[in-house]
Amino acid sequence: MKSDYFKVIRGGLNSTFQDQGRENLYHIGIPFSGVMDKRNYLIANRLINNGKDEPVLEFAFQGPCLKYFGNKRNIVITGEINFILARNNSEKEKGECYKTIEINDGDVIDIISTNKSVYGYFSVSGGFKIDKVWNSYSTTTRANVGPNNGCKLINGQKILLNEKKPIFNRRLNFVNTKIEFIRVLKGTNFDYFSQDSINNFFSKDFEVTKLTDRMGMRLKGVKLVNLKKTNIKSEGLVKGTIQVPADGNPIILLSDHGTIGGYPKFGVIISADYDKLVQTPPGTKIRFKKIELKDAENLYKLYNMETNNILNKIL
Amino acid sequence: MIKNIVNLGDAAIYCDFGEEVTKDINSKVIKYFRTLKNKNLKGVTNLSPSYNKLIITFDLNETTFIELKNNILNLKLDDETKNESSKISIPICCDKEYSLDIDRLEEKLNKSKSDIIKIFINKTYFCYMTGFVAGMPFLGDINYKIQLNRLETPRVKVPKGSVGITEQFCNVYTFESPGGWNIIGNTPISIFDSTHKKKPNLINPGDEITFYEISKKDYIKFYEK
Repeated sequence: MKSDYFKVIRGGLNSTFQDQGRENLYHIGIPFSGVMDKRNYLIANRLINNGKDEPVLEFAFQGPCLKYFGNKRNIVITGEINFILARNNSEKEKGECYKTIEINDGDVIDIISTNKSVYGYFSVSGGFKIDKVWNSYSTTTRANVGPNNGCKLINGQKILLNEKKPIFNRRLNFVNTKIEFIRVLKGTNFDYFSQDSINNFFSKDFEVTKLTDRMGMRLKGVKLVNLKKTNIKSEGLVKGTIQVPADGNPIILLSDHGTIGGYPKFGVIISADYDKLVQTPPGTKIRFKKIELKDAENLYKLYNMETNNILNKIL
Repeated sequence: MIKNIVNLGDAAIYCDFGEEVTKDINSKVIKYFRTLKNKNLKGVTNLSPSYNKLIITFDLNETTFIELKNNILNLKLDDETKNESSKISIPICCDKEYSLDIDRLEEKLNKSKSDIIKIFINKTYFCYMTGFVAGMPFLGDINYKIQLNRLETPRVKVPKGSVGITEQFCNVYTFESPGGWNIIGNTPISIFDSTHKKKPNLINPGDEITFYEISKKDYIKFYEK
C-alpha cells in the first residue's frame, strides 16, 4: 500500500525528528540530543493520541512548509507558533496551536515563525514512518546520527507517514509560563571565580546572544573573572552546564553539546528550568538564581507534577 | 580510589580521581567506567570517562544523587582478567596538503619534517578517552620533543581525518569541526562509522594505537577501496 506523505516545500531553519533523547553513548561522543522543550513535546504527542516516546518534528524560529498527500488525517502543533493552512481549495486559515487540525490531500501547512520563543513541535496522527537509530528517533546533525540520515529536513524531500488513525477533535487551553529566574546549582569550578563575579552573575541581567543553537547558548553580560585557571583538563560535560572560557562570557551547554570540554564549570541549570531556558530567544535578558540541590530535586518533582496535570487535562 | 564525589547539577555525579593525567589514574577511571557499564545501575543514563574524571548522568525520576553516590561508593569493581583493550594500527599521510601545520611545527620545534614524523610514528599511544564529537579519540603521550601548545587562533574548519597534536596528546578529527590542534597529517580510514550499529568507534578508551605513514598514492587508494 502506498504511504501518505508530506512533501517538504521548505525545510525551515533547523527542523529535525526528535524524541526524548538517546542514552548510553556519551562515552563515544554522542550527546542525548532529543527535544529541547520536553513539556511541549509531550503535549504534542498526547493531543494527537501518540505514545509519549513517539517521534515528533521539532523546528526552530522558521519552521517547515509541508504539502500533504494522502487521506484526511489530524495534525497538532505546539509551542507559540504562527502558521498558515493553505487549503487545497485555495482558502487560507490562520493556524491554532494546541488543537487537532484536519488536513486533506493537497493542503499546505506553512509554519512561518515561532513567536517570542524558539522551538515548536509538529505531531501527526499515526506518526512518522522513520526508524530508530541506536534506540532513539533523535537527530544529532553534527555527527549525522539519527533518522533522515542524521540530517535536518531539506527542501524537496518526502516524509512518509504511518497509517492514519480515525479523525477526532481535541484541544488544550494552555499558556506557556514564563519564569522570572533561571535557577542554578553551583558547578565543580565555582570557586575559581571572584566573589564580585559570583555576585554579579546572580544579580545582573545576561542577554541571550544570536550565537545560540541546539548545542549551546552564549550569554553576554558582565564578564566573569576567573582567579584560578581558565583551562581545566578536558572532562565530561552535561546538559545545562554553564562553562566560562577565558574571555569571561558564559556558555550554557544544550542538548546537542560536545561531550568533552576543557573550560571551567561555573554552574549547572536545574532540570526543572531547562524547557524555559531553551525557549528564550536571542536578545532576551535573563536572570539567574542560586539554589541548593534539595530544592532543585523538589522543583523537578513539581515540574513533573505540573506536566502530568496538563497532560491529564487532555481527554 | 575515587578522591571525591560531588553532584554536577541535579542529574549527574562527578567522580574525581585526581589532578594529574597519568595512565595509572586513567586506568582506574576506565575500570569504574567498564564496571558501571556492565552493572547497569538503576537510573544511570550515560557515562563520560575522561583523563582523570568520570561523570555519570542519571534520570532524576528513577534515582537521586545521594542514592547513586552510595551505590558507587559500595561498588565492587569487576575483576578484569579478560583484557578488553585492542591494538589498532592507523595509516597516516603526512603529504604537504594534509600536514597543515608542518611549517609551524618545524619552526617551533626546531626540527625537520622527517624528524618530527619519525618521532611521532615511533611510539604506541594509549587511548585516554573518546568524545567531544562522535568517536574522537584522545591519545597520549607523545614524545616531549614534539610537544607544543595549540594554535593561538583555532581553525574554523579542521578537515575530517586530520591527526592533530598538542601538549602531551594527539587526536583524530572524526568529523569536520572547529579545532586548535596542530595538524600533522590525515588518515583515510573511518574512525567513526554510524552505520556500524554495534561498534561505531574504531578506537575506545584503553586501546593501544600506533600510526604508520603512507604515501599520497596509497592514501588515495584507501578512498577508492
